[in-house]
Amino acid sequence: MSIEIRSAPHIKAPRSVEQIMRHVVWSLLPVCAFYVFQYGLSALASLVVVTGSCLLTERWFTKTGTQSGDISDYSAVITGLLLALSLPPGFPLWMGAVAGFVAIALGKALFGGIGFNVFNPALVGRAFVQAAFPQAIASYTPSFLPGRFHEMIPSSMTLPLMQPADMMIWLKAKQLDALAGATPLAKWKFEGVLVGAEELLTSLSGHMAVGPSPLLILLCGAYLAFRRYMDWRIPAAVIGTAGLTAWLLFAFDSTHYPNPFFMLFSGGLILGAVYMATDMATSPVTPKGMWVYGALIGLLTVVIRYYSGLPEGVMYAILLANAATPLIEKVTQPTPFGKRAFSLFGRKKKKASYALHPGYISREDAGAVTPQKRFLSNKPKPPERES
Amino acid sequence: MKLLSYFRGEAFQRGVHPPANKLTAGTKIRRLPFPPRVIVPLSQHIGKVPRPIVKLGQEVVRGEPIARTDDWLSVPHHAPLTGVVEFIGLRPGVRGSWVESIVIRAHPGATQEDLWGQARDLTDAGSSDILQMIWDTGMVGLGGAAFPTHAKLTVPKQAKVHTLVVNGCECEPYLTCDHRVMIEQADDLVQGIRYGMRATGAGRAIVGIEDNKRDARDAVEAAIKRAGNVSEGEIYAEMVPTKYPQGSEKMLLMALFGIEIPAGQLPVSLGMVVNNVGTLAALGKLLPAGRGLTERVVTITGPGVAKPGDYIVPLGTPLRFVLDYAGAPDVDAKQIILGGPMMGQAAASLDVPITKGMSGVLVMRADDMALQADRKTYPCIKCAECVESCPMGLNPSTLGMLAAKREYDRMGAEYYLGECFECGCCSYVCPSNIPLVQQFRVAKQILREKAIAK
Repeated sequence: MSIEIRSAPHIKAPRSVEQIMRHVVWSLLPVCAFYVFQYGLSALASLVVVTGSCLLTERWFTKTGTQSGDISDYSAVITGLLLALSLPPGFPLWMGAVAGFVAIALGKALFGGIGFNVFNPALVGRAFVQAAFPQAIASYTPSFLPGRFHEMIPSSMTLPLMQPADMMIWLKAKQLDALAGATPLAKWKFEGVLVGAEELLTSLSGHMAVGPSPLLILLCGAYLAFRRYMDWRIPAAVIGTAGLTAWLLFAFDSTHYPNPFFMLFSGGLILGAVYMATDMATSPVTPKGMWVYGALIGLLTVVIRYYSGLPEGVMYAILLANAATPLIEKVTQPTPFGKRAFSLFGRKKKKASYALHPGYISREDAGAVTPQKRFLSNKPKPPERES
Repeated sequence: MKLLSYFRGEAFQRGVHPPANKLTAGTKIRRLPFPPRVIVPLSQHIGKVPRPIVKLGQEVVRGEPIARTDDWLSVPHHAPLTGVVEFIGLRPGVRGSWVESIVIRAHPGATQEDLWGQARDLTDAGSSDILQMIWDTGMVGLGGAAFPTHAKLTVPKQAKVHTLVVNGCECEPYLTCDHRVMIEQADDLVQGIRYGMRATGAGRAIVGIEDNKRDARDAVEAAIKRAGNVSEGEIYAEMVPTKYPQGSEKMLLMALFGIEIPAGQLPVSLGMVVNNVGTLAALGKLLPAGRGLTERVVTITGPGVAKPGDYIVPLGTPLRFVLDYAGAPDVDAKQIILGGPMMGQAAASLDVPITKGMSGVLVMRADDMALQADRKTYPCIKCAECVESCPMGLNPSTLGMLAAKREYDRMGAEYYLGECFECGCCSYVCPSNIPLVQQFRVAKQILREKAIAK
């Protein structure tokens, strides 16, 4: 017989990396389904192509490189789905494939694979195509178009290395009342048109050019947070800070700034807060750091949206916060047990079952000489023994 | 459900909830037969190794001292069997290396009664008398740490002890020996608590019991009532939340009093001494009888054992004999853990003996270990599970990455590695299956060696 010698602990919690990633993918499926319901065949094709591109790239790098991880850990699936959800539904498929390749190659493999990436891979891919194809990424099509399950949005099928044709002609043929072509954020920024927050919340009414419903994303995120597959602190900090900043500005000058609910539910803020900012590898591990990191994202998002030339700021806000993560971690290290400034008195009143004994002598009274661990350097006199 | 813990008023932050698997909580303590020979390793605790005071071929009586030392931190050993000293020399030790041991062959006709001890009256014994008697019993902490009990109960000059805290948490999965001792030997426990209070001069004693052992609390409370002449509030049992590692001294004091023992200090500097229930129950029995520690209660359990239970085992009984009796067919055993599954040590061989600090023997079959064995190890994905579970409030994620780069000095200087007491929560929760606490043990050892070399 043979017995194995291992080092303690000898039992292990069932949760594994694959399990965490698989749950994130499951929680994303309703969001993806809703997205397909909004935009039809093109959205489905985009999801499949971008995710497929991510998986192929991941496979290639894990097989040829020395990095750990594999497509079986589902992390590339998350990158692909999030990337596709953050692109316009009519985004040319070949550009989507490029985005997926760049996301994994530059965003992840270059740093050493799973766990080592500094920036959220999906956002690296999106930032790349935003710079490379500014026209295509800014042209949104309205949701709930008639016949969306029978025909693709024409720009999706653009030939590789070609720019998509102008969408206005195709949209004119659909007989839509001038809604087309811009997201609610862009319309607010460039045309001064404001959409109601409650319409944005469900994404169900009208033919708005919006992403999946923020309400649905929040529900799916709540499931993840409840099962502890995601840290609730980060989305809470992002949404809280963004809402607070937007509300302060709105209170300061309500003619110039939109109301905070429009800020929260428009664009990719909710998707970014729930799914992208919470990427484990690129967010701080310290609980305090998570609050700082989330707050930074919320603040930056509002600042970029209000004061820059871009209508949307979530992507750059998260990428900047990703870059700040090591610094945030450094200054928010947890305080060890017994090292807190008021460790003796801080929590006593709140949680103590018993007050200290009246006969207790404080350290000062006792001469402040405390015996060291295990009596090694401060060995008391042994009791007397016969023999 | 970390969120719920805020509302329930959990005692200490973080920690984990491994499956309890207390298979033997309802089984009465049974006695293991005396083995044909016992192996008594001389080094079972810190301090100087006791020297043998018996010769080869000498006949010994059960309970007779066989090794002793004048070092105050060390304690003597007593013969667990009536028989003949068969061998004095190297035998396989728990850690895998061979250690100096005394082997005693049982006398086949002996009744194995403890004839050495002499009953004595302790009513007038003072603090130093009791400490001396505890030293004579060879008692060490039976909870697992095996720190000599008399040293723990000795109050340094500058300090004054007001409370004796009795640790009945037994937060390790599978182990039930303390649980059963509290139920079946509650009277001895109360007696032992009074000796402990007299030795330390403590005015009161609190037995801290995890709230999954309510029957133990009832048994202890009943014994306190039975004992008579215990004034109101002098000794009482208190429930603390069930959570690993609640049985750690600092965590238990946090649960009972809501105070954090400052880093680098012992509870005695705040007027508290913590002792294990098994230790005090054994003292309550041994001190009036004037006997030495020759046996202890061991939980023999695990999926690989046919007759799991809490057994009174003579110290030095070889593991092979214990497992044969408890019904653990050799072929099935894949791993044998001495102690609990979170902090226990894997046995290197079946010839190692039961020692004073061994609270459990856990037998795992290959099937039970499959989950761990096939787990793939990923790089750290910084999920922060370990940070959320470290009871000492450290950052195991960063410590682990530093350990991988062998930056041990930084671990100690900047990330408080010295505070780690190796409870294993970080390795238990890590979804990437990184051997965090294992690396920390290596790092701590290297830092210790460096400190000595300086």
